[in-house]
Amino acid sequence: MTATKSFADLHLRPPLRDLEQVKRMIAKSAELGFQLVGVTFPCNVSVEVIEKVRKICREAGADFASRVDLTPKTSHELLDNLRRFRREFELVSVSCTSKPVARQAAKDRRVDLLSFQASEPRRRFFDHAEAELASKALASFEVDVAPLLLLEGYQRIRLLSCLRREVTVARKFKVPVIISSGAATEHLLRNPNDFVALATLFDMTSERALESLSDVPLAIVRRNREKLSPDYVAPGVRVVRRRDCCLCE
Amino acid sequence: MRRRYLAIRVESEGSVDKGELTDAVWKAITQLFGEYGASQAGLVVIAYDEQTGRGVVRCSHKALPMVKASIAAITKTNGRLILIHVLGVSGTLKALRKRYG
Repeated sequence: MTATKSFADLHLRPPLRDLEQVKRMIAKSAELGFQLVGVTFPCNVSVEVIEKVRKICREAGADFASRVDLTPKTSHELLDNLRRFRREFELVSVSCTSKPVARQAAKDRRVDLLSFQASEPRRRFFDHAEAELASKALASFEVDVAPLLLLEGYQRIRLLSCLRREVTVARKFKVPVIISSGAATEHLLRNPNDFVALATLFDMTSERALESLSDVPLAIVRRNREKLSPDYVAPGVRVVRRRDCCLCE
Repeated sequence: MRRRYLAIRVESEGSVDKGELTDAVWKAITQLFGEYGASQAGLVVIAYDEQTGRGVVRCSHKALPMVKASIAAITKTNGRLILIHVLGVSGTLKALRKRYG
């Protein structure tokens, strides 16, 4: 079932101060069957750190995508952050902590992933209006598995209930869903089949869960790499060949 | 009753014995699906090697998605971190052993 697919985990959150831990987590991810890993960096990270992590990924045999998680307090702050950081990272995720931020993030085409707080169901704003905006702007809804593993009892029940509702809304409005580990430590990493099994807890079918782990995240990274390439002009338009000076002809 | 056999691999801080593994799986399934759900699972840890961390779990075929989700949700047993991967599923022990050793 999974032998021919490539899988991507777009949300690894290793402690960047401890490069050994970063190395272990990336190696583990690759060993578990992920061909592409997205590593979260702070906004002000240096290029050297990103290159070090890229090298670690290369050594582990995994493709690497740099990612930033924006947590703006207001929609103005979000716009400002997007202006400053969009071109610095391959993936931009917005953690929506308020409704105005959630709405702005959903309608902005520079945002790749929408994520919501797991521990506070009242601060999850992925409703019909949000899904409609996200669907038009090609933003995806991200489900982190780590909180599902860490929470217990009533909190986990509420989270599962929210996820079930949100995944149904996403399907209705054709918003792509991606499943990521959201892991900050090795023991929260799982293989793709385990993620599929956990996705059944919020009523995702195996086929959709597999898509959320492979086709959807891979397409997002491919699209962004194309956009970040110097040859990109507009959707469907790119520079094929350059001459030193086209005015000389 | 049709059954399914799951090949598993356990990773943990320190060694985990068969009893602890059984407890962890039962606890996870009871937490996620309640006593009613657990009663339908027909769950048995058939074999487990502490040295290699590999084992076989048997369950009812109808409860397979439930058991797989429960096993993936396990993070701790007796205060120690534990992580269980499902390597594969088969309808017979013979086929499972052939595939996963």
